[in-house]
Amino acid sequence: MGCTCNSSDKEKLFCSGVLVDNRPGAVLPPQDAWEKKKGGYVIIECPQRIPCNPCATSCPTGAVVPFVDINDVPAIDYDKCTGCALCVAKCPGLACFVVDLTYGADEAVIKLPYELEPKPVKGARVKCLNRVGDEVSDGEVFAVTEPLKDHTTVVSVVIPKKLVGEIRAIKVVC
Amino acid sequence: MKKMIDTDLLVIGGGAAGLCAAAEAAGAGARVTVIESDLHAGGQLVKQTHKFFGSKDEYAGTRGFKIADILLDEINSLGDKVEIRTNTTVTGYYPEEGFFTAMKGEEEYYRIKAKKTVVATGAQERLIPFPNNDLPGVYGAGAVQTLMNVYGVVPGKKVLMVGAGNIGLIVSYQLRQAGVEIAAVVEAMPKVGGYWVHAAKIRRLGIPILLRHTIVEAFGDKVIEGAVIQELDDKFSLIGEPRTIECDVICMAVGLTPTTELFWQADARMLYCPQLCGHVPYRDETMRTSHPDIWVAGDASGIEEASAAMVEGRIAGHSAAKALGLPVREESFKEYWTRLDHLRAGEVGEKIRGGICQVLVDGWEA
Repeated sequence: MGCTCNSSDKEKLFCSGVLVDNRPGAVLPPQDAWEKKKGGYVIIECPQRIPCNPCATSCPTGAVVPFVDINDVPAIDYDKCTGCALCVAKCPGLACFVVDLTYGADEAVIKLPYELEPKPVKGARVKCLNRVGDEVSDGEVFAVTEPLKDHTTVVSVVIPKKLVGEIRAIKVVC
Repeated sequence: MKKMIDTDLLVIGGGAAGLCAAAEAAGAGARVTVIESDLHAGGQLVKQTHKFFGSKDEYAGTRGFKIADILLDEINSLGDKVEIRTNTTVTGYYPEEGFFTAMKGEEEYYRIKAKKTVVATGAQERLIPFPNNDLPGVYGAGAVQTLMNVYGVVPGKKVLMVGAGNIGLIVSYQLRQAGVEIAAVVEAMPKVGGYWVHAAKIRRLGIPILLRHTIVEAFGDKVIEGAVIQELDDKFSLIGEPRTIECDVICMAVGLTPTTELFWQADARMLYCPQLCGHVPYRDETMRTSHPDIWVAGDASGIEEASAAMVEGRIAGHSAAKALGLPVREESFKEYWTRLDHLRAGEVGEKIRGGICQVLVDGWEA
């Protein structure tokens, strides 16, 4: 994971579970293709080698490249990713997201896993949180599904396009 | 004490490892008795509401309590080969006579004679000492999970979590799911000990993880009203200003120690192995200890993830069935070891690998 833990504040943050900078197992899609891709691409933030492969085994198209070793960090074949979000529902680490940049000029849709109560409902306004839980914008819930019928919901939220690199969670406000 | 029960294979502990050992051995035709101290089988699995890691073979992506159901279904599908005796504690092993003693509840006391035994007794939680840690409101993480996930009771309103291993991180997430606030997670080491993704998932909900921090003391009149935490330097000496955290629960997730009393009573060869978190029995590749009729599996053999415990249970059950003279599928043994090696191959498995190589022997002299 390349974690030295005493080099810099950034690494300290990373060692406490906050992604800083792209690294193997946690990369953004190639920008040009991403901007045109209807349905969006998957973003997986799983930069540590751990014995876990459901993202790859649940992927219906092979877009999460099949692992050679179960400890591999995920790699994405963007030609194959349809943005179906099955991995979002399946990942035990809640580390998979799908971001569609084609929703509007300034807006994007993020599909993220959600396992808290109360569940958001379609059309609701939610607070969008960054990787340390700060509220960075409002968002509108576009869809709520439970693809695997196992209590992990996948929530689609319309968010400001400029924040697609930051927003990774939501807070339901009643 | 007259009553004595007889069985081919005695499995002590009905958790992840024990149930897999029982299923494997019964699948080969053994008559198995499982002794479980809790009111129901499943061990720690029944408290795990999160989805498991690993591969399909270890039920990855399935929630822990569902895995307990899957294992019990497998056992039930084998007919009456397996008897599970719950609310029963094995209280001792008498090597001269070759029997175990067991106590059901506090009423019934009896002896068990078994041809072979798998000890899958799991682990006990550690605590760290600090002033006022005897006030009501200081819990082990296992107790918090039992209260919440088995009995549906939240332990309090605001929690200080001590320890950022997988248990501390997962229980913090489960507390948050139950609507309980987490004031902070403190961790003495310079990085989280559990999986990074477990940390990321609570960080983005706004839960702070304070690395190189420890609890200094708890305070409160009759119950916990707060805690004092402080930063540590790289030699684990306190530095900086102490900070007060308001909370009504302090949850300790500072590690586990293998439960090994029965191995000591059986005079099995033991080693203190820090990487495996305590004294553990030496074992061969079949998980057999130096005692020819006693196998080990799961956390009792060294603290590890439940996925590894289940595979170890399979290996021990397979080998014990073979030792009983039953026909077993020889290829399974290799497959199980391949799975174990894969589970231990990652960064987090490095410590485990370092421990296992100290206690794994080539074989026992006949």
